[in-house]
Amino acid sequence: MQFFFEVLIGGLLSGVMYSLVALGFVLIYKASGVFNFAQSAMVFLAALTYVGLLEVGLSPWLSVLATLAVMILFALAVERIVLRPLVNQPQITLFMATIGLTFFIEGLAQMVWGANVRALDLGLEDAPIEWVTEKLGINVSKFDLAAAGVAAILVTALALFFNRTRIGRALRAVADDHQAALAVGIPLKQIWAIVWSVAGAVALVAGLLWGARNGVQYALTFVALKALPVLILGGFDSVPGAIVGGLIIGASEKLAEVYLGPYVGGGIEGWFPYVLALLFLLVRPEGLFGEKIIRRI
Amino acid sequence: MFYREAGQFKASYGADLAIFPIRQDLIAVLGILIFAFIVVPLTATPYILTGILIPFLILSLAAVGLNILTGYAGQLSLGTAAFMAVGAFAAFNFALRVPGIPILLAFAGGGVVSALVGVLFGLPSLRIRGFYLAVATLAAQFFILWFLTKVGWISNYNSSGVITAQQIVILGYAFITPASKYLLILSIVTVMALAAKNMARSNVGRSWMAVRDMDVAAEVIGIPLMRAKLLAFAVSSFYCGVAGALFAYAYLGTVEPEAFSLDLSFRILFMVIIGGVGTVLGSFLGSGFVTLLPILLSVTVRFLDSNLGLHIAESSISNLELMLFGGFIIFFLIVEPHGLARLWQIAKEKLRLWPFPH
Repeated sequence: MQFFFEVLIGGLLSGVMYSLVALGFVLIYKASGVFNFAQSAMVFLAALTYVGLLEVGLSPWLSVLATLAVMILFALAVERIVLRPLVNQPQITLFMATIGLTFFIEGLAQMVWGANVRALDLGLEDAPIEWVTEKLGINVSKFDLAAAGVAAILVTALALFFNRTRIGRALRAVADDHQAALAVGIPLKQIWAIVWSVAGAVALVAGLLWGARNGVQYALTFVALKALPVLILGGFDSVPGAIVGGLIIGASEKLAEVYLGPYVGGGIEGWFPYVLALLFLLVRPEGLFGEKIIRRI
Repeated sequence: MFYREAGQFKASYGADLAIFPIRQDLIAVLGILIFAFIVVPLTATPYILTGILIPFLILSLAAVGLNILTGYAGQLSLGTAAFMAVGAFAAFNFALRVPGIPILLAFAGGGVVSALVGVLFGLPSLRIRGFYLAVATLAAQFFILWFLTKVGWISNYNSSGVITAQQIVILGYAFITPASKYLLILSIVTVMALAAKNMARSNVGRSWMAVRDMDVAAEVIGIPLMRAKLLAFAVSSFYCGVAGALFAYAYLGTVEPEAFSLDLSFRILFMVIIGGVGTVLGSFLGSGFVTLLPILLSVTVRFLDSNLGLHIAESSISNLELMLFGGFIIFFLIVEPHGLARLWQIAKEKLRLWPFPH
């Protein structure tokens, strides 16, 4: 039983890491209806830039600020060069454009900073917390717990931002209907620039945590593939959905690998989340928290 | 002036419904086919045949398959490569386990198995729409590749799941030279592309387009939604399966499941989007673009590198290519969001009016 709980908690905490990436997707989808495949590349870019700046000799805090600046500049450029000419195009065209963007970012990041694997040390140890191990006999990683804390803060902040501020309301209006939002005087271009900047900041946080855990390397771009089932499970346009979906996917993935994996030859982590999300979708086609689409003729 | 259908009177319903109703189109298509069947195999070097034309044709076929599903029936799929893998591995098993089976029948069998798998993974499309469906088809992509690697029987108990395609022999003639393989592929692709064009103008094709434009409305006017969507998945997967079998037998030779990775699915989706959604011609244009662009970029960058004496490192060159590839895709999407096929349509319109544009 203790082993079960250890796997469960480990899964839940790694699920939070997936949520961090999924959050970036949700933000952009919610505010512009763009399914931004480049989010994972942005995570990669942010992590690589941060490590690169550290190597140049900047202090950690300065590097974070500088990376944030880079991400914001990048967001502005994307809005100006890619999104603005593609207003009102079908969603699939925008999706394809973000895949093109993914190639571009991956090439750019590796060209500037090189392609070798780098370690990233945030000063957090990936070791079990001692007193929990003593009291309950369960190993809980300090690092994972800290990551979960960061994710919780981020989600609360974003939820407040979306629901309580003027810009947040404008974002939701834009998501609902571009033209109507423009008609009531919401500056579409600014809103997009803001939301891509925020997504860039989220990518920075995710990049730091994922980079510290797995090393900063090209494989970081594959975290998106972990985030996608989280996304459809929780619903594309729901911030809480990203978190809940992450928890469900993380926990069930680890449990399945441990308890189901041995019977079918292992390696099921790659597809299990997708099949699980698919089964959820059959019951709720818009995900757990997604906005219900009413279809009329 | 040259492209004007004035004076071409249709005297029967059959003539009006022809696949190429305009005489100039028919002549152009026949011209291209004659060129591809006779001039190309005589003149092209083995490198051009095996390195460019064969993959171009096979991927075009896969793109036609995806275009049927995404372009005509409106169901976004990211699992194309997995269906190709099913076709390749099924054809391998047919050829291996059924003694004396004609190889073309094995290819078709691969297509049929792929179609069945496609229908299975198409079932969720009855409830799920849009990007939710796209991500759900990723389940097919990952599950199928895992399955092919894990079940030893499929790869005849090869430890790493690699299969070696048997030689293609039809009626005692072995297809070994690049030119013969090219001609075989070209024949299959031509027949299947014409069949796709034919299907698109039939009852089936129209019901797909109705479903794409608005499925609720299509249902209201009496189109059986389930049949239309599942048929689209089946036909599309059949095309992809045959393309996969050709990919394995005529292009790669030895195949591991990883050859059909997500990357390939994305490349085929690119072909459909850049070429033009919902056109057979677009699949070929897109396939040409996506196959040729990396080769052109690599040649150009290397040419500039050696001639201008820039001495860019090898890794930088590949990164530069990646950037340019991404940049070009964005550029094309911005310039012509409806794809290269739309450019051809505009050109046709211009030709029709030339030299009096008013």
